[in-house]
Amino acid sequence: MNVQSNPVTASDTNARVLSYAEAIREAMAIAMQADPTVILMGEDIGVYGGAFQVTLDLIDRFGPERVMDTPISELGGAGVAVGAALTGLKPIFEFQFSDFAMLAMEQIVNQAAKLRYMLGGEAAVPVVFRMPSGSGTGAAAQHSQSIEAWFGHVPGLKVLQPSTPEDAKGMLLAALADPDPVMIFEHKLLYKTKGHVPEGSYLTPIGKALVRRTGSDLTIVAGSIMLHRALEAAEKLATDGINVEVIDLRSIRPIDRDTILTSVRKTGKLLVVYEGVKAYGVGAEISAMVAESDAFDYLDAPILRLGAADAPVPYNPDLERASVPQVDTIEAAARRLVRREV
Amino acid sequence: MMDADNRPFAIRHYSPAQLREALKRMYLIRRFEEGAEDSYTRGMIHGTMHLSIGQEASAMATCMELTDDDKITSNHRGHGHCIAKGADVGRMFAEFFGKETGYCHGRGGSMHIADVKTGNLGANGIVGGGLPIAVGAALSAKRLGKSDVTVCFFGDGANNEGAFHESLNIASVWKLPVIFVCENNGYGMSTSTARSTAVPHIAQRAAAYAMPGTTVDGNDFSAVSEALHIAIARARAGDGPSLVENLTYRWRGHSKSDRNRYRTKEEIEAWMAKDPIARFRAELIAHGVLDEAGADAIASQAVADVQKGIEFAKASAAPDLSEVTRYVYAEAAL
Ligand SMILES: Cc1ncc(C[n+]2csc(CCOP(=O)(O)OP(=O)(O)O)c2C)c(N)n1
Ligand SMILES: [Mg+2]
Repeated sequence: MNVQSNPVTASDTNARVLSYAEAIREAMAIAMQADPTVILMGEDIGVYGGAFQVTLDLIDRFGPERVMDTPISELGGAGVAVGAALTGLKPIFEFQFSDFAMLAMEQIVNQAAKLRYMLGGEAAVPVVFRMPSGSGTGAAAQHSQSIEAWFGHVPGLKVLQPSTPEDAKGMLLAALADPDPVMIFEHKLLYKTKGHVPEGSYLTPIGKALVRRTGSDLTIVAGSIMLHRALEAAEKLATDGINVEVIDLRSIRPIDRDTILTSVRKTGKLLVVYEGVKAYGVGAEISAMVAESDAFDYLDAPILRLGAADAPVPYNPDLERASVPQVDTIEAAARRLVRREV
Repeated sequence: MMDADNRPFAIRHYSPAQLREALKRMYLIRRFEEGAEDSYTRGMIHGTMHLSIGQEASAMATCMELTDDDKITSNHRGHGHCIAKGADVGRMFAEFFGKETGYCHGRGGSMHIADVKTGNLGANGIVGGGLPIAVGAALSAKRLGKSDVTVCFFGDGANNEGAFHESLNIASVWKLPVIFVCENNGYGMSTSTARSTAVPHIAQRAAAYAMPGTTVDGNDFSAVSEALHIAIARARAGDGPSLVENLTYRWRGHSKSDRNRYRTKEEIEAWMAKDPIARFRAELIAHGVLDEAGADAIASQAVADVQKGIEFAKASAAPDLSEVTRYVYAEAAL
């Protein structure tokens, strides 16, 4: 993977290589070691090790009192995590697939997100929800969604999207240190990808995007797995002299307005790439943000969005692939944009 | 229960032709799933799948008295339900291979396998997702003045979802013709019922919703068919829902990615010795419904049907890539 590392920790040149899943597991272990109030809850996270083996051996290290298999009860389980967070524990709740958070929307949206506000600032819900998400696994419509933008619509939540092992670890530690509910969307296809991960505890700042590649012709904003596809497309475009600036969005709420606007002022062109359904998604928010700002004056082409097709995620592998942005579709869109053929 | 001649319910109640067809469909389920497993290993099937090998009596005996007008809702472990309700294995393979001729035109795959024409409203990727839908189907039957019933298949794990409790309560207060069939295979993924469920038997939950609850040996074809016979009669008579719990076991892992760290080899082998198909076959032979040669012929027919099904699926066309958004809405409305 060709990703510039985080400047915050880039000095750590001897960082080890871990997979994204290992990095998340390491973050959980560090937090559990340091703070006895941190507990893990979720379906099959104990001896099974989690559907994606993220919690793997944590039950052996921390025991079933702190690595708790819940019954298949998302509303109850997530709600118990909210109640525990309200009263002194720091639960990390794993949804087996982010799609199943829909069974727990009540507790996430009506309760966790709003309690602090409704109680006039007298209460806090420092819960972390881990959300394995995305398509590409052949699991079809109910196990492949990218619903992160839904939660971007909810004041009171923070919504993160790590694209590298380093960020996956740092964001989880930052989420735990944060006094409010944080949802972390982990991409299933990234779990096995590897990258440098610093030792020990460090916090990836919440709400900060990162320029992963600098360029002058066009800005692409993408997060999670789309960052990697955008970087690959950028490499190809570079061979034709098209210099793309690629921003890793990292945080959907809060969103890093400054980094995006600064880049757009420089390049004058914006392409937003995301895996959720195109309509009403992250791209709409970012486009509007640019359109409502002074950066609008710097645009010399319309803003383009690439998102998923207007359909549930299909089972057939070719249809599935065709339904979300890929390196070739990103590359083609970027070419159209620089030629202003939009 | 046996009669004075020691003949179990199924032998007394169903014709030899019906019993032979039931045995055939049980073999078909087993061979279909083995064929799917093999195709998966060869890379012809994408994604994952949940095999019901070891649970065939539960699926087949439950569907014995259902017609194509009666409905079922199924769950993620739904291949057996689909075949028991009457689906064609060729179109099922085609779906698994992602083909346009598949039951869901390649959009659904194993986890959404369905056959609406034979009354199968679909497998479900969401644990507990089918429970309220089954109650809705029963409401339709009642309001539309039909005598159809709906059977809702779900697992022991699903009984801890809110949807289970809400569905049983609504079905009971509205006296709807639905039969809740819990296939209790002892585990929801890696979590045993002992660790997840406050009562020893799922059927005990029926008491909270004022409906009959029965626990039967789910590997005993006759016992399951008898429990369903009683529950279906009650539903058709307008007396409301029932809960039937079939105790059974899945031989394979939960899905293709299961490392089986939560069950012992001994436990799995003990259950494999209680093969529901071998047991039903022996019972049919013992009661003179067929002989060994007759049973062997049925078994080979299942092998041939599966082979034919795979060939059909392989030869079928894939969906057109330009049709990603087809079937999102009704075509006429666009
Ligand atoms: C709402 C929801 N939660 C979790 C899952 C993941 N999951 C799929 S099947 C399963 C176990 C279901 O157990 P059970 O109902 O007993 O059926 P079985 O697999 O044993 O046949 C789990 C946890 C899911 N698909 N949907
Ligand atoms: Mg089960």
